This record gives sequence, C-alpha cells and structure tokens, in this order.
Amino acid sequence: MTVIPLGVPRRLLEFTLDGEPVRAPEGSTILDACRAAGKDVPTLCEGDTLTPKNACRVCVVEVEGARTLVPACSRKAEPGMEVRTDTERARHSRKIVLELLASSVDLSTTPKVAGWLKEYEAKPDRFGPDAARLNEEPKVDNELYVRDYDKCILCYKCVDACGDQWQNTFAISVAGRGFDARIAVEHDAPLTDSACVYCGNCIEVCPTGALSFKSEFDMRAAGTWDESAQTETTTVCAYCGVGCNLTLHVQDNEIVKVTSPHDNPVTHGNLCIKGRFGYQHVQNRD
Amino acid sequence: MDLHFGDSKPTDEEKAAVDALLGPPESSWEGAARDEMTAADLRWARGGREARERRDLLLPGLHAINDRIGWISEGALDYLCRRLTVPPAEAYGVATFYAMFSVEPRPATVLHLCTDLACAAAGAADLCAGVEARLGLGSGVSVRRSPCLGLCERAPAALAIKAGDPVRTAVSAPATVERAVLAASAPDSAEEEPPAAMAVPQAGDPSLTLLGRVGVVDPSSLDDYRAHGGYTALRRAFELGPAGVIREVTDSGLVGRGGAAFPTGRKWQATAAQPDRPHHLVCNADESEPGTFKDRVLIEGDPFSLVEAMTIAGYATGAHRGHLYLRGEYPRALRLLENALAQCRARGLLGDDVLGQGYAFDIEIRRGAGAYICGEETALFNSIEGYRGEPRSKPPFPVEKGLFGKPTVENNVETLVNVLPVLTMGAPAYAAIGTDRSTGPKLFCVSGSVERPGIYELPFGATLGELLALSGVRDGLRAVLLGGAAGGFVRPDELDIPLTFEGTREAGTTLGSGVVMAFDDTVPLPRLLLRIAEFFRDESCGQCVPCRVGTVRQEEALHRIAERTGAAAAGDIALLREVGRAMRDASICGLGQTAWNAVESAIDRLGAYE
Repeated sequence: MTVIPLGVPRRLLEFTLDGEPVRAPEGSTILDACRAAGKDVPTLCEGDTLTPKNACRVCVVEVEGARTLVPACSRKAEPGMEVRTDTERARHSRKIVLELLASSVDLSTTPKVAGWLKEYEAKPDRFGPDAARLNEEPKVDNELYVRDYDKCILCYKCVDACGDQWQNTFAISVAGRGFDARIAVEHDAPLTDSACVYCGNCIEVCPTGALSFKSEFDMRAAGTWDESAQTETTTVCAYCGVGCNLTLHVQDNEIVKVTSPHDNPVTHGNLCIKGRFGYQHVQNRD
Repeated sequence: MDLHFGDSKPTDEEKAAVDALLGPPESSWEGAARDEMTAADLRWARGGREARERRDLLLPGLHAINDRIGWISEGALDYLCRRLTVPPAEAYGVATFYAMFSVEPRPATVLHLCTDLACAAAGAADLCAGVEARLGLGSGVSVRRSPCLGLCERAPAALAIKAGDPVRTAVSAPATVERAVLAASAPDSAEEEPPAAMAVPQAGDPSLTLLGRVGVVDPSSLDDYRAHGGYTALRRAFELGPAGVIREVTDSGLVGRGGAAFPTGRKWQATAAQPDRPHHLVCNADESEPGTFKDRVLIEGDPFSLVEAMTIAGYATGAHRGHLYLRGEYPRALRLLENALAQCRARGLLGDDVLGQGYAFDIEIRRGAGAYICGEETALFNSIEGYRGEPRSKPPFPVEKGLFGKPTVENNVETLVNVLPVLTMGAPAYAAIGTDRSTGPKLFCVSGSVERPGIYELPFGATLGELLALSGVRDGLRAVLLGGAAGGFVRPDELDIPLTFEGTREAGTTLGSGVVMAFDDTVPLPRLLLRIAEFFRDESCGQCVPCRVGTVRQEEALHRIAERTGAAAAGDIALLREVGRAMRDASICGLGQTAWNAVESAIDRLGAYE
C-alpha cells in the first residue's frame, strides 16, 4: 500500500499572477503557484526537499510595490499580491545571472540550463576570454564520489542536506567569501580526513553535477556515459529493515549509480552509505 | 549531532587562550585530553540545546585564538569546536569568512595599511611600497593592504596588531614609512593617537548637539559625563515610560542615520508591540563604509552617551539585553567602551536595577573581524550568532524575527545618540532643527581634498557647498563622493544640493551615511573607480550570484577601460550598465544592490571615460 500524506488542510489565498487571478494554498511560494498555473519559471538552487537558500537568483519575478525583484522560490504568496513573471526587467536579470554563471562555471552537466541560455539569449562569452573562472581541478580522493567545484554554483543545497535539514552530519560548509567562496570540509582537508559519512545525500541534491558518483565521473571521462541507454528501476534496499527505496540506474547491465525517490514519505530521497554505494556485490559475477 | 574531530591537538597556549574565554573544561569530553579521563568523566554528559546555545561564543573564541597566537591552527579550531559543540566544518567556514583571521601560519604581528579612497588620495601607494621594502620576508611582520580603516581624517592610515597576551595594537595616522614600521615593530612605544576631538574641527562650539561633549569631557570618566548633562535623558525616559519615549522619538521625526533613513519611532514601536519574548537591541557600530568614521569619533570622544542611549532604546522597546557590534579595527573605541560599561555596571546604571527603577539592562560588546557585509543588519545577526556573516532574506523583518530569531531593533550609533537630545530638549524643539522631512542635526564625515577633514555637525538643510567651505575645500575640485562607496559622485557645479534626504533624492543622489569625500583634479578618476570596484569584489559575501560574479565582471570591465575613453570604452560601459542593473534588481542585500551606484554616477554625472 502506498501511503499518501495529505497534510493539514490549508486555506486558499487569492492574488494576481501575470494579470490573471489565481488561488494558492496559504504558505505556498510564488514558484509553487506558478507551477500550479502551468508557468515555467527557471530555477537552479530550488529543490523539492530542501528549503531553498534563494542564492542563484534565476527565478526572480516582479512584485508590485517591491523595490527589487523577489525570488519566486522563497517568497510566500500573499493575498492581493500582484506578481509578474515575464517582464522585461525580470527577463533581463535572469539573462544576466545566467551569463554570469555560465561564464564562471561549467554548466555542461546542469539539466535544462542550455535551453534557458537559448531562451533568454544569454551570451556568456561577451565578458571576454579573460573573464575569471573557477578553473578548479576535480577532487578525486576516495572511491565513492568526486567533487568537481568547477561546476559548483554555490547553491548551498549540499550544505543544507549534510546539515540540519537532512543528514545532521555537518561535514561541509561554505568557506572563504566572495568569488573565492568554496564548498569545503573542515580545514579544506581531503574528504577521507573529514566528518563525511558517505551517505551521498549531497550528490542526490546537487543540481549541476559538481558532486557525482565516481562511477559516473569515470565513465564520463572515458566517454562511455550514456543516459539514453540507461534504465531506472526502483526497488527496496535489502541491507536493513527500514525499507528505503532505491532507484538503480543501469547501463549495459551494470549499476552505474543509485538515487532515491524524493516523494517517498519516509526517506525523501535520503539514503545511507550502504544503500547509496554498496551495490558492487550485486554485480560480482565471479 | 555526532561531531567528528580530527587528531590535531591544540598547543598549551591555544588551549589557554580558549579557556581564558570559556573557563576550563568541566570534563575531558569537552577538551582534547581523552587520555586523562577520570572515573567522573565516564558519568558525564552534556549536549543538546544547552551546548548549541553557546554557538554565539564562536566569534569571540576565534578572536581569542587569533589575538593570542596571531592565526588559527587546526588544533586550536578543533579545540574551540569541542568546547562549543560546533561542527568543525562550520567553524572553518566562519573563520575563513573574516579578513582579520588567518587559518594559515603567519607572523605574530600584522600591519594593516589602508589603501581605500581617502588614503589612496593621500599617498597610500607610496606608503605601502616604502613599508613593504622595509618589512619584507623575515621581518616578523605580515604587511597587508587593507580596506578603509575608518581613519580618513588622518589619512594615510596604518594599524598594527601584535598577537600575544594581551594583544597589542598601535595606530599610525597620518602614517609615514618610519612611523608605520615603528608601530609594527614596537607597538607599545608607538606614539599615542591624538584625542578624538582632533577629528572634530568644530570641537568646543557650544551650539553643537551631538558632538557637544567631544573634546569637552574626559571619555574615561563617568563623573565627568554626568557633570556635563549625562544621564538626564535616561531619567526623563523613566518619567515618560516606554510608550512615552516611543511617542517622543516618533514625534521628533528622527530617521535612521545608517543610510536607509527608516523612521526610528516606527521601528521601535513595531518591535515593542511584538508578543514574542525576549526582545533584543542591537547597536550597529560596524561602520566599514570607505570614508565613514563618525561612529569611531563619537565612541572615542563620548562613549557614555552611547551606553545611555542604548539603555533608553532597550527600555522603550522592552529589551533587557543590548548587543553592541563594534568593528574589529577600532581598538581604542573598544577600550573606552569596555571602561564605560564597567563603570556603569559598578554604579547601577547597567545591571539588574538601572537607576533603581526596576528595569534590568546590560550591554555586551561583540567585535567584528573585518567584513563590510556585517554592517547589513541581518548579516550582523548571523555574525553575532556564530554563523557566516551572510545576509538573510527578508521578510521576515528583524522587528519580527531578528537576533536569535526574536524581535530585534537595530540602530546605528549616530541614530541612537540622537535619542538623547530628543528626550532632553523634547520632540517639538528637536523637530524644529533641520527641515520638515529631515529633522535634527546630522553628522558628516568629510575627507579627501580639504584643509580640515573630520566630523562636522550641521542641521539638515545646509548645502554641500557650505559644508565644503567649512572644511576648507582645496582649489581644483573635480568631484565629490556623497554617501560613500555605495553612494554617488556629484560635480563641482552641483554644490547647492541641500544636505537632506529629500534634497539629495531630488538631485538624483543619496545622503547615505553622511560621507562627503572631495577629490581634486590631481586624483586620477579611473583609478578611484577601480578601487571602488575592488572594494565591492573583496567585500561581497558570495552568497548570491549577481553580487558574487557581478562584482568580479564589473572590476574586469573597469580594468579594461582604465586607460580608454569614448568609443573604445563604449562596449564595456554598456556591459557595466547591464550587469549593474541586474545586480541592483536581483541581489539579496544592499551590498550588491548598491555596488554599482558610485561608478554609474561617475559615468553619468562626471563623464568619466568620455
């Protein structure tokens, strides 16, 4: 039996979205309301299981009376609010933010971003060939996962997932500041010397591929990673009695990575080291 | 949480520095010495909420280590984390956020040489080159080029900090190579700083309201303060009651002097009315805006007035605890404030029963550690709480959820000090000063190409030209920066702009926090604009994309056009405008939103790069 959590009934509030009256449950964000109304507002740092830090600023919209644009992912809808999602002003900010990001980090493994760059006519190259980039070498210091900060947009999702929102391990945080800010473990040590417990929940939430399975990283380097050839099978983890759901990503009859369904009411996408990484025995065929 | 600590051990000196702040560990579970465990330790447990609530001691703890040793080692940081139950990764993130801390080994003495606007105009580049030639590798001094040290009236400025027990500091301003080197090598024997009154050219003028006591009273003596009208405002506050005080402040028309110009009475009322308890009061003394030094001069010249004003603000808004966040670069202000708090506690002017009126109030000083962003009110809360000084999203606003998630009123030093005349002279008399919409006296920090730089007090409504005439502006004035690095430039033919909030707004500029920097035609404008761009790139916290990357892209564009004008610069200027517009619209906080103001005004009003 599938448990469908209903939650507490919520009142509906009314406000205006791009000139149309809409109703949204109390407590929903502008982004929730946009999605319910079938509007596509792009976002990178928002995720379905964490409170967004609203750091990427891609989802900004115009709210009548507000001096600046507001992030749709975090701003709660209020009765009587007048929101416009697609004005010249909002589109301009989104375009510049996408240009700034794409000119400083590698977004090649970020889903959907190529389409947005095209839609907003972003030209990241116009900052010139000398524009500062992160230019970091991938950190490969263990056999389970790789940190490739050249792809990191500092969305804080891995920090929140490792910290008090999910895992409560607090192994990573943001160090330094400004353009030099980086996700780091204590003393910027190798992962193996840190508090990391290798649950991989940070990989689960990373929106850009800055954190990835070592298996995926190696296959991409070898040119053999092919998502179109992969199947996804959701099953139950056999290690203990909790019954977490695992989604096995299989290519050429080999498990290449493991994720977990976010809509599972027990785990919300969380796994432990065994569920996430302990799959080698399945494919040990000797 | 199940914290993981590496095997790096603190030295005895590092342990002593932390223990001097927190007291000795109650059990070896709190310390690093598991091998010395006793039977009692095996039946000892503490943690949970009680431990987590000490998180706000992280910043003082980092200061304790940095002050004693000069830098923060892995062992020292881990020991502090054990004592406070803070995850080492988070503490590392905090330690690396602040410019005054180092997590790499460095010499015990650090010499900060200011390279910001006023100092740059006064020859900081030559000073740096001279000092670096004298104090190279092996000199035992780490020379660092620093953002504004808040000593603009005595530019160029140097600040030496020598780690030890106790930490020694010396300020040299105006600095020469000789004097800066002496301050770094022998801070104890460096020449004494001139008294604060030297920064107030009008000192002794009986018509002064806010600066009236600077240079007149002994800043270390409570008796002298009381002999000069001190604590009459607090007595009047107790007569009026909290609601009465808020009514007076509202009627006076006082608005915040930190730059945002929000009505003070409304802020106090909104906080006082919150049902959630406790309420907190925060005094923002983290002025780090290049060109701003009024908080320092007020505190150094008349520290008790700030203590009295905070007591009144706390009483009116229902707070029993005031947090005074002082920027880390102000050692003399810190000493004088600590002395003032101790004297007030000893005399019943702070504590469980202020003036015998049954009202409990005390003030705690928090030292910043070199981060301009911590002047943003919500970033300041995070800094006090022991987190990275990153701004929070608003709403919720601080009056509802501020420091430690509780209703909080935050005011700048100058705003608070204005409350004293509001109460002593009464709201109508106070409101009669200045103009209809900008009431009261205003402090201006004048520096740059003037004969008498310093803090000036004028009623709102005086013109920019009058202020510059008073400070002896030099011939060949090229531009005036109004409102600091986040403000804007105006031309020499615009000196009739009235110095009021509405007047500057009508003129398309801002009064900001009251900075007035004059630049004559010997100052290369492109170099100045580049310095402003560098400042914002250095000081961006890095949380949101428009500010983190935008400030870098702007600085790059300014580098490209530093020596170009006209058509050759047009493409990059268009780029600057596009990026600037998105930063203003989409950044989380005021730093990113205003970072482009000064450069834009230089292009539009001064015709830079034409």
